Amino acid sequence: MGDAIAEAFRLIAVGDAALWEIVSLSLRVSLTAVALACLIGLPLGALLAIARFPGRGALIVATNSLMGLPPVLAGLLVYLLLSRAGPLGPLELLYTPTAMIIAQTVLVTPIIVALSRQVIADMHQEYDEQLRSMGITTTGAVLTLLYDARLSLLTVALAGFGRAAAEVGAVMMVGGNINHVTRVMTTTIALETSKGNLAIAVGLGLVLMLIALTVNGALMALRGTQGVARHV
Amino acid sequence: MTLRVLVLLILALVAPLAQAADRFIVVQSTTSTENSGLYGWLLPQFTAESGIEVRVVAVGTGQALRNARNGDGDVLIVHARAAEDAFVADGHGVKRHDLMVNDFVIVGPRTDPADLNDSSKAAAALKRIAETGVIFVSRGDDSGTHKKELALWRAAGLDPTGDGGAWYRESGSGMGATLNIAIGMDAHTLTDRASWVSFGNKDDHVILVEGDPALQNPYGVILVNPEMHPGVRAGDGQIFIDWLLSPAGQAAIAAFRVNGQQLFFPSAR
Repeated sequence: MGDAIAEAFRLIAVGDAALWEIVSLSLRVSLTAVALACLIGLPLGALLAIARFPGRGALIVATNSLMGLPPVLAGLLVYLLLSRAGPLGPLELLYTPTAMIIAQTVLVTPIIVALSRQVIADMHQEYDEQLRSMGITTTGAVLTLLYDARLSLLTVALAGFGRAAAEVGAVMMVGGNINHVTRVMTTTIALETSKGNLAIAVGLGLVLMLIALTVNGALMALRGTQGVARHV
Repeated sequence: MTLRVLVLLILALVAPLAQAADRFIVVQSTTSTENSGLYGWLLPQFTAESGIEVRVVAVGTGQALRNARNGDGDVLIVHARAAEDAFVADGHGVKRHDLMVNDFVIVGPRTDPADLNDSSKAAAALKRIAETGVIFVSRGDDSGTHKKELALWRAAGLDPTGDGGAWYRESGSGMGATLNIAIGMDAHTLTDRASWVSFGNKDDHVILVEGDPALQNPYGVILVNPEMHPGVRAGDGQIFIDWLLSPAGQAAIAAFRVNGQQLFFPSAR
């Protein structure tokens, strides 16, 4: 473990170009996937929270269950879709960062839908009468609730980011762990482990944790200033 | 309307990530060539000469062949002769070429509990492992090494899969993961020499059996058939194969060293 910590510090101190390439690709892929998942998932979650329609219960159970979708299964499904033998083969997206973003979006969207639905449903109970008295449409209600719940929804997005940044099965399968093209933090850790370079692998793991800490810290700071502003 | 905005936003987010379409090929490969660092040595030389980038997906021979059967890859570098020939015979590959060879070894604890060290024959060693019941970790993943291991058991007249879970354990993982498991269990396993020499977590494990001609490990290179899979970058793939088989490529393979040791021996004819 001492070796690993020394390795983590060495990796950061040296400012290793290969490391930063990998870190920046990890961030680009996972942050883009979370952004896409939020674009799709937040309106959907809010709609599920306030609209009443047949099949709603089944949809809620389905999205809740999909939170447990195994990354390697998501990877396999996206692989079958993007393979040259698959329906989207001609797009030539397999083994590109775009394929990795698609796979992680598939993984993260159910988390965003399920958690934001709960957040919005709780808030809707409070706001329902008020919104109704103002004669606001469903779309208007969705937007209002999403805006007012934005701080809680930030935590939802962080949960999604955690899932995306931590998974290895999906990006390994659809990205292929190609050096300089699709190699990210988690696939590098898997590769170094398979080479028996355990200290480097744990060192990279610590760097990954540090990144997660930085992202969370930055958002927490953002959230802090927002919270203060609201109460001034 | 909202949908259109959403689609535009998604495109805007994904667009910067679209790769500039330089000249590149995708190679589906066994893991030993990647893990040992051979590609890190070889590919920059080829790219400097040809301007073609080589993207390696290192997954193990079984999965590499399956991916290539879907057309996902332009060139195959693998080590399972029978499966390679079947791949070409089924029309998925244009032609198989000898590329290079190294050998398999059986590694185990330095204390050698099954007394393998005096046997230079793989079949005899496997018999002793089965008799003494010391733990043997199998790849169990349909990789080239796994196919070889099963062939060696057959040659020894044994079928250990019936003892699965007892002394015979299938890891279902790549070479590196299997080596980590074997070392953690103080067990034996079959590995190619390149993966072993470059492996960083040997702990107290050593090579116990080596040098049997039955342990030869030939690697082949195959161009995926563009007639079967129209997306294949056949032109650039063939340039890569021609370079690998040329005197320059073969010399580059021979010059690769890990800890001063040559790991791959050119075999193109």
